[in-house]
Amino acid sequence: MSVCIRIKDAVKKYGNNTIISDLSLDIKEGEFFTLLGPSGCGKTTLLRMIAGFNSIEGGDFYFNDTRINDMDPAQRNIGMVFQNYAIFPHMSVRDNVAFGLKNRKASKEEIATETDKFMELMHIKEYADRMPDRLSGGQQQRVALARALVIKPDVLLMDEPLSNLDAKLRVEMRTVIKEIQHTVGITNVYVTHDQEEAMAVSDRIAVMNQGDIQQVGAPKDIYQRPANLFVATFIGRSNILSGKLEVEGDKATLVFQDGHRVEMPNVLPQYRQSQEVKVSVRPEEFVLETDPTVPGVKAVIDSSVFLGLNTHYFAHTESGDKIEVVQESQIDSIIPDGTEIHLGIKREKINIFEAEGKYNLLEGVRNDNAV
Amino acid sequence: MMKKTKKPDLWVVVSIAILCAYLIFLMYPMLNLLQQSLYNKDGAFTMEYFQKFFGRTYYFSTLWNSFKVSVLATIVTLIIGVPLAYVYNMYEIKGKTVLQMVIILCSMSAPFIGAYSWILLLGNNGIIRKTIKSLLGITMPTIYGFNGILLVLSLQLFPLVFLYVSGAMKNIDNSLLEASENMGCKGVKRFFKVIVPLCMPTILAATLLVFMRAFADFGTPLLIGQGYRTFPVEIYNAFFSETTGGDYGFACAISVIAIVITTVVFLLQKWTSNKFAFTMNALHPIERKKAKGPFNVLIHVFCYGIVGIAFMPQIYILYESFRKTSGKAFVPGYSLNSYREAFKVAGNAIKNTFVIGLGALVIIIFLAVLVAYLVIRRRNKVNGLIDIMSMLPYIIPGSVVGIALIMAFNKKPLILTGTMIIMIIALVIRRLPYTIRSSVATLQQIPITVEEAAISLGSSKAKTFFKITVPMMSNGIISGAILSWVTIITELSTAICLYTVRTQTLTLAIYTYVSRGNDGIAAALATILSLTTVVSLAVFMKVSKSKDVTL
Repeated sequence: MSVCIRIKDAVKKYGNNTIISDLSLDIKEGEFFTLLGPSGCGKTTLLRMIAGFNSIEGGDFYFNDTRINDMDPAQRNIGMVFQNYAIFPHMSVRDNVAFGLKNRKASKEEIATETDKFMELMHIKEYADRMPDRLSGGQQQRVALARALVIKPDVLLMDEPLSNLDAKLRVEMRTVIKEIQHTVGITNVYVTHDQEEAMAVSDRIAVMNQGDIQQVGAPKDIYQRPANLFVATFIGRSNILSGKLEVEGDKATLVFQDGHRVEMPNVLPQYRQSQEVKVSVRPEEFVLETDPTVPGVKAVIDSSVFLGLNTHYFAHTESGDKIEVVQESQIDSIIPDGTEIHLGIKREKINIFEAEGKYNLLEGVRNDNAV
Repeated sequence: MMKKTKKPDLWVVVSIAILCAYLIFLMYPMLNLLQQSLYNKDGAFTMEYFQKFFGRTYYFSTLWNSFKVSVLATIVTLIIGVPLAYVYNMYEIKGKTVLQMVIILCSMSAPFIGAYSWILLLGNNGIIRKTIKSLLGITMPTIYGFNGILLVLSLQLFPLVFLYVSGAMKNIDNSLLEASENMGCKGVKRFFKVIVPLCMPTILAATLLVFMRAFADFGTPLLIGQGYRTFPVEIYNAFFSETTGGDYGFACAISVIAIVITTVVFLLQKWTSNKFAFTMNALHPIERKKAKGPFNVLIHVFCYGIVGIAFMPQIYILYESFRKTSGKAFVPGYSLNSYREAFKVAGNAIKNTFVIGLGALVIIIFLAVLVAYLVIRRRNKVNGLIDIMSMLPYIIPGSVVGIALIMAFNKKPLILTGTMIIMIIALVIRRLPYTIRSSVATLQQIPITVEEAAISLGSSKAKTFFKITVPMMSNGIISGAILSWVTIITELSTAICLYTVRTQTLTLAIYTYVSRGNDGIAAALATILSLTTVVSLAVFMKVSKSKDVTL
């Protein structure tokens, strides 16, 4: 049986150091939920509070209606996959997978059938009698998953489970994890600092920074309409430019530092007033033009990197801001360094934040955690 | 809805039990010792014992003697051990595995057996001395006194430096050496500018260990010192000697002074080694190169020369044990007579060695694992205190442990003197710090997530400890235990204070027969002891799958 997880006003302190203060979060039943953030943001701490390995200094944690704050980790019925897998090195693959069931005093037959079933599911049956030191990283990862899932936990917690794998295996295993979660239908809380991995596997993502949740939403929402400047820069790449919002009547116009103007129809009504703003433009949200008659932000190319599908141009604007522009690679030659270019803006895609970057001024931001 | 399941944590109980054991068997004897040194027989406070010690050059000179011989022995072991480790790890030496085995064996034998053998070789009637005299007509100086102690201690202890520094050199990445060579620093210059500094933390640790061993060594000066009086012997004499003995307060005062000195040295070493603290991890260990020409010959002569001299006493003892005897004297020819006699007269001692040794070993392993777990996984004030107390015996010389235990447990409510129990307790106290350290090191390498994984899978804390933690530690525990076993069976300084006829052990029997001049039986017993050591080491290498021994 799967559960929903509710966290209310969680507090975590180490001595006098408050790591997390007043954090609230709702994780839905059966969803693949990811805690994403830079290292040290408190995501692993929060996960270990759910698991019961970290003490809770304040607030309430619920699995459905059961408060779990004081429940022993062994009784929370969680499956956990660790960053280093934590496979018992002195037990065979089969014994590792069966360990949880043995602790639950399951019958011999049940242990045998369930263990076999999950080893088969994870494609590790052929290694059943091997010792862990003779398994590759990916195989150990599969053992860790099978071991966590075989006890039919209410929640599966994963702490950077792919960070020890090489790039190719990481991509392969995240598909495996996503599929397994789908098959088993279990509530899954996943911690990672890799935003691409987070987007690939998650139903919803909570972006964390310095112990606070910045935004909770589906990958698409977070990428396209980040709630604040931190989310905009942490998820994907963003060029941050200063600008002004000029409002006349109903018409809001974004003015770049070199005077280039773009009308913005999608500014939220309550923010329609003239003000300094920060503009976040992703590299692919520029339209690169070499024709000087086309309007756009003026810039000069410093260097370029050809990556096959795309070509990345690094340029600087008149005001000295360094920017990155991505263009689908053209069949003719790469634009040489030193060329003056004009950058058109895909206005429906860019985001505008108030001068401090604390909130987005545009319509369409979804933040499930907004108060 | 809220369920408070606050069961009393089993580990709290374990903590308290261990704390009590330390208080009773370590702290109480040591504080008692301190008290006895400050109060006279009528129970009045007095400084007379300390005044007696510092007032007379006769006593005070023993302190200076001990200090001098320990410092010099430490320097000599460094001069021999560090270059030996360097050559051994940098160049291809023929037969290097055997060489290392022999070096380890040298460090494991009881020091006083070495001393005894050197007397047979270079003493008044020493065979080498006599041979040289008859061949060349030169009268060599005898081995007794300062030179003898220095020789025996240096040869006994340089293997420690060798093993420590070899271990450190295995952690030096080859690229560091290549980089230094690349920048024009090689050969001798590189040895002093790069390799020695890189090994400095280890060299300092080895220095401390060697000094402590040399300072506390009891058997060597007892046998070979003759007129040269050192500290541990003085303590023993003050306590036991038939003529000057029985002055308990004075013996306690000397013990206190000894501990103060070792403590100062210990703290000094900690202070210096903090300045050199860094960690290394070699991805590409140093590859041994083949030396060329005369240099190759030189390093082989150096390695085999040193090791040969160090091993010679053991070989000579082995040879002695097979010589034919008549009464106490050797007669021409060879026989197993000494062994027959040895088993007849010392069978009980052999049995005792195993009973006491194994008894101590079981307790040591048990406690070491528990303490290591408490210290690493359950850090709190009580366990911090246990951690500190567990390291105390490191700085207490063996004979002091012996005397402290006698003073503490020769009266009601707890009379233990003369029993096997007190000998086991003494061995546990002395050896525990080393085994705790190796268990701690093993446990630190086990990621805590493995235990958390077990708990998250529904295993109880106790079950996790016994089914997960202990099995994962087992290799480290067993290899640590075997090394403890070897030091236990070769221990003399504490046992000599505590033994009775019933609880005599092999080392004590050897000492007894040596002092009675019964060389055949002594040699046979020493060979049996060495053989036990060899077998134990072979088992160790089999279990730990390594040729590295760290004490």
